[in-house]
Amino acid sequence: MAWTWFHRLASPPHVYRTAERLTPWFAWSAAILIVAGLIGGLYLSPPDYQQGDGYRILYVHAPSAWLSLLVYTTMAVAGGIGLIWRMKVAHAVAASCAPIGASFTLAALVTGSLWGKPMWGTYWQWDPRLTSELLLFFLYLGYMGLRAAFEDVQRSDRISAVLAVVGVINVPIIHYSVVWWNSLHQGPSVMYLGKPTMPPSMLVPLLIMFVGFTLFFAAVLLMRLRGEVLIRERAASWVREVVHS
Amino acid sequence: MNNVMAGEAERPLVSAGTSGTPSVFAVTSLMLARDLRLAFRKASQLVQPLAFFALITTLFPLAVTPELTQLRRIAPGVVWAAALLSSLLALEFLFRDDAQDGTLEQYALSGRSLTGLLAAKTAAHWLLTGLPLALMAPLAGVALGVQGAALPGILASVTVGTVTLSLIGAVGAALTLGVRRSGALLSLLTLPLSIPVLIFGARATQLAIQGQPYGAPLTLLAALAVFGITVSPLAAAAAVRINLE
Repeated sequence: MAWTWFHRLASPPHVYRTAERLTPWFAWSAAILIVAGLIGGLYLSPPDYQQGDGYRILYVHAPSAWLSLLVYTTMAVAGGIGLIWRMKVAHAVAASCAPIGASFTLAALVTGSLWGKPMWGTYWQWDPRLTSELLLFFLYLGYMGLRAAFEDVQRSDRISAVLAVVGVINVPIIHYSVVWWNSLHQGPSVMYLGKPTMPPSMLVPLLIMFVGFTLFFAAVLLMRLRGEVLIRERAASWVREVVHS
Repeated sequence: MNNVMAGEAERPLVSAGTSGTPSVFAVTSLMLARDLRLAFRKASQLVQPLAFFALITTLFPLAVTPELTQLRRIAPGVVWAAALLSSLLALEFLFRDDAQDGTLEQYALSGRSLTGLLAAKTAAHWLLTGLPLALMAPLAGVALGVQGAALPGILASVTVGTVTLSLIGAVGAALTLGVRRSGALLSLLTLPLSIPVLIFGARATQLAIQGQPYGAPLTLLAALAVFGITVSPLAAAAAVRINLE
């Protein structure tokens, strides 16, 4: 009986309606937190003593990078659940995650490279974080490519779930090998890594942005999930009712 | 091809009449022997990746510079990029024939561990492509101006590294089994996962060329290989089963 909520997650109409109900909550709290975080980060917090105002891109860059990993993990966990319990909705979650994660990864890459111009004097440096972010982007592209390569939705779901699980095991290996590789070629990054503590006036907006971005991801995921469920269940009668109402 | 397969069909994978069920080891070695025998009947498939490897190595002196002192500096990168691409080229043959004529289906239905059978196939694939590449790599090194003392290091690192490349490739080939023109997708899937091998392999090669001890990156390469042996056949078997459904 404690597991009924879990079993009900296997029912597409239930998931569709729950997602519909929850979306505005996540979307509004995300909007409020992101606006608050931006005000805190762009106006209230002081400029950095070394980087001036240039560091403020951190408030977008760091949450994007965090989400690029969180979304990949979510995708792999959802894929794993779909493989193990053959839960169709879990596969729909994984399918909805991929483009969101790829977008966050791209956002982290672009903001990182824009940040690099004032900091390093160049748009691109083979910094370990940027490099592993780039590799993560390729992992997303591969996942989406594999997903698109199959006509049959169920096979596409299960095959790409295997890839996501293999990928998520490899993400830390790739990341640490890139860090190891980088430490051979240049000294420790002069950037934000070495900064021991961040004053609360900078840290608080950053944390708010982290939570805000995560809630934003949840809202977008729920919206995409609804679309995904509708497409997958298009033959079902409840979908017709939803679409025509 | 058909004649070869017909010849194989007359010879059962596991000869009946032996005491009950044969051991995993017996099945594995039979599989290994079968794959090697089939491959040697189509020698051109064996030679192609090697020719490709030699060709890529030839491109660099022509494109960069014929000066051996400069080539020696980029030799690790050239050798490893060439090894990565050549092993990718050979992946196409890994499961394709067996999938097309239904042999793979029979393996899955045989009641034997598909994981073990695929591990044996991967081992055969490494013996047929990885090992020859490793034997070729010192030759490429000589052509790129590497001194004789560094050649054992190149041999060792490429030998160990190609084990992991074959294992990653087996997962990639199993995932894309049902995809018609899988070449570009296969490289998109496997190359990001191969980055750690590239990093540690190129580092070991570089240290060997500089005459320094290269034990540390070689050990890390070996760790990757052990990890790959543990995980990759499981993932490949899962992917093959899904693709056969």
